[in-house]
Amino acid sequence: MPNSVRTPYDRVVLVAPVTIPYVRYSIESAQWWVGRALKALVDSAGIAPRDIDGFCVSSFTMGNDSGIGLTQHFGLCVRWLDTIPLGGASAIAAVRRAARAVQAGDADIVACVAGDTNHVDSFRHTLENFSRFNQDAVYPYGAGGANSSFALIARNYMRTFGATREDFGKIAVAQRANALRNPNALMKAPLTLDQYMAARPISDPIHLFDCVMPCAGAEAFLIMREDMAASLKLPAVRILATIERHNAFGSDPVQVRGGWAMDVDELYAMAGVKPDALDFVQTYDDYPVISMMQFEDLGFCKKGEGPDFVRQHDLTIDGDFPHNTSGGQLSVGQAGAGGAYLGLVEAMRQVLGTAGPTQVTDARVGLASGFGMINYDRGLASGAAILARAS
Amino acid sequence: MIEPLKRPRRKNPLLRTRLPTSPPRARSRASHGFTLAAAEGRFMLQRCGACGTFAYPARDACPSCLSADLAFVDASRKGTLLSETTMRIPADVHFRERAPWRAGLVALECGPTMVAHLHADCQEGQPVTMSLQLDKSGQAIAFAHPERETPNMTDDKQWREMTADPKFRRVLVTNGRSAVGQEMVSALKAAGASIVFVGLAEPWKPFHGEEALRALEGVQIVPLDVGDEKSCTDLAADIGGKVDILVNTSEHIRAGGLLDRRGTSTVRDEIDQSYLGFVHLAQAFGPAMRFRGADGVNSAAAWVNILSVYALANWPAFGAYSASQAACLSMSHCLRAELRPSGVKVVNVFTGPLDTEWFQTVPPPKVAPRAVASAVVSALKRGLEDVFVGDVAEDIRQRLAANPKALERELGG
Repeated sequence: MPNSVRTPYDRVVLVAPVTIPYVRYSIESAQWWVGRALKALVDSAGIAPRDIDGFCVSSFTMGNDSGIGLTQHFGLCVRWLDTIPLGGASAIAAVRRAARAVQAGDADIVACVAGDTNHVDSFRHTLENFSRFNQDAVYPYGAGGANSSFALIARNYMRTFGATREDFGKIAVAQRANALRNPNALMKAPLTLDQYMAARPISDPIHLFDCVMPCAGAEAFLIMREDMAASLKLPAVRILATIERHNAFGSDPVQVRGGWAMDVDELYAMAGVKPDALDFVQTYDDYPVISMMQFEDLGFCKKGEGPDFVRQHDLTIDGDFPHNTSGGQLSVGQAGAGGAYLGLVEAMRQVLGTAGPTQVTDARVGLASGFGMINYDRGLASGAAILARAS
Repeated sequence: MIEPLKRPRRKNPLLRTRLPTSPPRARSRASHGFTLAAAEGRFMLQRCGACGTFAYPARDACPSCLSADLAFVDASRKGTLLSETTMRIPADVHFRERAPWRAGLVALECGPTMVAHLHADCQEGQPVTMSLQLDKSGQAIAFAHPERETPNMTDDKQWREMTADPKFRRVLVTNGRSAVGQEMVSALKAAGASIVFVGLAEPWKPFHGEEALRALEGVQIVPLDVGDEKSCTDLAADIGGKVDILVNTSEHIRAGGLLDRRGTSTVRDEIDQSYLGFVHLAQAFGPAMRFRGADGVNSAAAWVNILSVYALANWPAFGAYSASQAACLSMSHCLRAELRPSGVKVVNVFTGPLDTEWFQTVPPPKVAPRAVASAVVSALKRGLEDVFVGDVAEDIRQRLAANPKALERELGG
């Protein structure tokens, strides 16, 4: 079946990027963190809670609550509601769904929020109960969690394409350098390649600095019509293009590519830009190998050239390929589903020129991607969006 | 290359006994198809009846054509190890105290990719042979073995977690007077059991094979009358903390059903010896075994019941005996559940009529006592839970699965 021609995201914008600063452990609930994000949204946009008529939330640690329970919890009376359980792909999915709702007039202001708490035992609890396939066929095999699943993917990728730990290390080290400029990053100490290489093994070939640190936090933004953003005097971000794909390339015996590879041509065609026109890239970096895969699958180099691409580029904020400018999840922390939003919210700030210490000079157009849900042996969900400042 | 297992030293009484923990246990209902296969040592996967696609993990619809016809069928054990990892900091207690732990991705010849525990001699890019095993939680897992035998293969650390290998373990055989008991002792010694305690009721009564039994090195005759509660608790007080595997070879076989017997004394004997004997043994030895499920190389590992296959379907010619065996079978499931948190397996070995005096008038095929003993040892080494020995047992198993009513009528003569 040929793809239908995509409707552009005309007259709909993202505004009010919000981050509730992360903490390693929190005794608060996920609902508390989502509540803080909503408050920050209305404060920064200068609106009242009752102005929000659409709500989209993603979280792993809300217990039995979904979006509907939260409407009553937060006193929101909305006419459009979504709960997106797509892990690292939740932000891109939220943009796609909420933007279309606003464009169609089903809602005027949609609050998109992702956040999680991190109690001392919540991470293990999330691992144990992640999915049926995980429970049946992964977790009983050593309870390694995502570290082990990505270890198997990373090891195969290294053997197939000649990537080395040093290559992954370069990604992690560059992100740490970026994070040192981000006051909200949990990782405050510099990281050298030697330290990266000498880190303790977690699940070979995954070592300590390949892993994100689970933490508590929240990220959020609003989606509204462009004219409303103007009347509220809110700097706005346009959506040039998006893609989303689930369970792609299911017959690859081990994951060597994500769903982006299936839709990348459409992404750039819809955006009307080429990869080299992007001023920065925020990949979903639960592990450096996945960022490397995205360099390939999002069209910056060919399959198998990821290691060389990393070797040839400077991935820091001031480098020739600014990547994960906030420090990414590897150095800021992974606030559960908030990790999905981290890159997108940072991308909004970059194109708005409000990223502060992590600002890429003259950033106007950038890409944020998402990846998530190791249901069994691979990440199933992928997505990407190209954003630009609304003139 | 596996280092040979070392004979464990005498336990240091000053050290705390490590308590058993379970690996993750939650499973979907569909995935218990693997539990069924693992219990019998088979390798089965779901295959779509409509399009032939093999599916894994367990599904409720075919990922190729959406048919719900996904029966578990025997499948090729062949695969290739695509990728491996060594977990050093697992998330749960069980694996954390066993780390480092290896697992990998295996591409099965029949299609699916399987996450599997790895034998230490499995190498990336090389062929492997798969099996389904029951882990310490009693649930099924996939295990990848090297394609060919390697030195000290069964001493692999991860493999030993899945089995109840008698090597360096101490075993109690509850009745040394019978042919099955004596064959059992020889087979366990040959399998490397460090000591075999052999129970003997009324030891002053001579019996066939006594001299040979007493002459065996590493065999210790102990007084045990399973029908007597005190005898069981006395022996457990003496050796209970040293029984890693218990093989219940006690038997009390009498022909006859209900109407041709007068009174209940024979039935009572059958129940006393078989059913209550099992209960006495379980109450005496079970608690210590449950406590010692993770106690090193010679941890408590298995409880073996040797049951008549007529526990599954009454054979009126031996009707009351069948009923006593059915009671034992039912209680074995209770014991299995109660021992489960310790990782101690309950193995039920079902046999047809044995080639012994009590089945003198029964026509062949009959099961040689030696065949029962070797089946028990094999089950322990392979980590099985349900074993059918001999043609009659296998015949009953298949007929029961095909049509229990037909089996009932046919056994009734």
